[in-house]
Amino acid sequence: MIKKGVLAAFLVSVAVTGGGAAAEGAIFVQSTTSTANSGLYDHLLPAFSERTGITVNVVAVGTGQAIKNAANCDGDVLLVHAKGAEEAFVAQGGGVERTDLMYNDFVIVGPDGDPAGVAGLSDAGTALTRIASSGALFASRGDDSGTHKKEIGLWAEAGVDPVAASGGWYRETGSGMGATLNAGIGMGAYVMTDRATWISFGNKQDYTVKVEGDPALFNQYGVILVSPDKCANVDAEAGQAFIDWLVSDAGQEAIASYSVEGQQLFFPNAPGHD
Amino acid sequence: MHEFGEAIGLAFGLVAGFDADLVEIVGLSLYVSLTATLIACLIGLPLGAILAVARFPGRNACLIVVNALMGLPPVVVGLIVYLHLSRAGPLGFLGLLYTPTAMIIAQTILIAPIVAALSRQVVEDLHTEYAEQFRSLCLSRTEAVQALLWDGRFALMTVALAGFGRAVAEVGAVMIVGGNIDHLTRVMTTAIALETSRGELPLALALGIVLMVIALGVNGLVHSLRMTATRFAYA
Amino acid sequence: MREAGLKWPVEAEAVSGSKLMPLTVRGLSFCAGGRRLIDHISLTLDGDGVTMVMGPNGAGKSLFLRLIHGLIPASEGEIKWGGALIGPEVRRHQALVFQKPVLLRRSVAANVDFVLKSRGRASPEAREALLERVGLGGRGAQAARLLSGGEQQRLALARALATEPEVLLLDEPTASLDPASAQAIETIVADVARSGTRVIFVTHDVGQARRLGSDVVFLARGRIAEHTPADAFFDTPSSREAEAYLSGELVL
Repeated sequence: MIKKGVLAAFLVSVAVTGGGAAAEGAIFVQSTTSTANSGLYDHLLPAFSERTGITVNVVAVGTGQAIKNAANCDGDVLLVHAKGAEEAFVAQGGGVERTDLMYNDFVIVGPDGDPAGVAGLSDAGTALTRIASSGALFASRGDDSGTHKKEIGLWAEAGVDPVAASGGWYRETGSGMGATLNAGIGMGAYVMTDRATWISFGNKQDYTVKVEGDPALFNQYGVILVSPDKCANVDAEAGQAFIDWLVSDAGQEAIASYSVEGQQLFFPNAPGHD
Repeated sequence: MHEFGEAIGLAFGLVAGFDADLVEIVGLSLYVSLTATLIACLIGLPLGAILAVARFPGRNACLIVVNALMGLPPVVVGLIVYLHLSRAGPLGFLGLLYTPTAMIIAQTILIAPIVAALSRQVVEDLHTEYAEQFRSLCLSRTEAVQALLWDGRFALMTVALAGFGRAVAEVGAVMIVGGNIDHLTRVMTTAIALETSRGELPLALALGIVLMVIALGVNGLVHSLRMTATRFAYA
Repeated sequence: MREAGLKWPVEAEAVSGSKLMPLTVRGLSFCAGGRRLIDHISLTLDGDGVTMVMGPNGAGKSLFLRLIHGLIPASEGEIKWGGALIGPEVRRHQALVFQKPVLLRRSVAANVDFVLKSRGRASPEAREALLERVGLGGRGAQAARLLSGGEQQRLALARALATEPEVLLLDEPTASLDPASAQAIETIVADVARSGTRVIFVTHDVGQARRLGSDVVFLARGRIAEHTPADAFFDTPSSREAEAYLSGELVL
């Protein structure tokens, strides 16, 4: 264990050189790899920062880690996709209020050969059951992310316990969405991914979307201001300004207008909009 | 592997085009890792020299610990620093998480043991040669340590280089404490990790090639300095 | 066991100006690896001049020099300089030149400056004077380790003199030098001795001992075989060991 005194000594010496990088009017958003990797923030943030002068710094991790980081007060805004966990976070006093922001959907992608014969299915449960019974490989995030939580729920509904086959046909990568796609494609496994990541993913090889269109694959994103009562460091004003803008007409239109290769990635659905 | 050809082309394009984002990322990588190397040397060199020269009870235990710390996994260092710098942690009030400073702290902790352990060996070899002369001159321990560090300066540059190499190449620690935030804490390795996770493998590889070229450049510079020093029998 | 308590040289009747003298050694032994390498030596040295320490290989000459300089602790016995036990305080006023010079990886000038600075006397003038004295004037900018063997030893001597020693100890400084380089060293040492510094000089070179020595301590098998004025030593050595050594016999 590193001694705190030593660490403090480093701090004193280092603070002089590089400290204070977080400028005035800068907020930190704890968010997910799926939103960041898709390039959504590169599209949204310049418009917001130009209007308000507030710099938005995005930390992209899995939803589970993002919520933990926010619970440690390491961020002003939480933007993730795991409604149950988000509501629990607010209920425990970590956040002020959860607001629906946008959605897209999950898809199951697989290789050309389609070893489990799931291509064209629109029922996720059937698809997962077929994958399990055929013994075809399936690569899971296995990292407590929003996507992982969703996938666990789908397996449960299908009545399959994939964890029993962990290391066999069920492969938990313990990594982000992109890394799991890279690994899954490398081993010829089916992967469940959010559509935004998939569309903007650059290493698709012979993979295509095999399963889509099930209402159960709906993927809702929510946004939460980290509680300034609990975390004195939270810049409530700037954080709330960001949230207000996201759910405003301008923000929602900005989300809707983001597309990759002609495909819209996120569909705004903040309350009060159609 | 057509990726390699594509990557080399991309790397060349990025460098030749003086890509603004690339310049920023490379600049931050060098700033963070060079600063961490400097601080790690300020801590590690005297520590290594003292371990080389002094004889005290528990010295062997210290050597074992320092040598073992050389193998610290970056991600563990990142986690420990995160737990300290997090707002919920003991040093959270400093507001350093997700800043280049946090990355410098993590890399300093990562490489200070490397600098200490390797410099201990260099200084101890030199001390074997100088010890009697220094005792005869009645040098104080401080004078002896200073002289040993100065006379070992060219060998110690290689030690610093080993530390710098580890710092600039690691991704686990800076990813956790820096957060890979665009235009704030994104460095070469976290950018490579990001492009890999986006499936942009040629771009990731191109960044890797740029990183390698930088590492080659730094090593070449230090090597030529050493060669010059050797010519004057100063190394 | 033989007590060698003479005062040399006889003609220098005045006691040495140095407060480090006399050197009194009582019952000095040094053991290592189960062997007694220095065996109950007792000796008194006083006055000025150059004491040559001679003896066959393995007699313990270098060991004796290191013991009286306090570089290694004695197993038994007592070493006093001017009444004070050997230790850092006494050693500060002595300098030792090793057979193989230990030069810093720096310039000629920096090697001298290093010692001057540690004694709080650093100045370009002091350094240049020292380099002049050993015939290295104007060579300050050169790399010390690229000097010839003889020049390196003269630099080591300059560095020793930079401490302004009251006692100068020399451990076979010319053993690996050509005759011209050895002679240059001898000239400097003679000059140093004339200016009042007490010199204790370990050598194998009989001619050198004859030229420089005022008295000779002859060691064999870790003991003092004899301690005699130089002239007497070379004319009529009193010990069988010294006689054999001088006549070129193998002494073990």
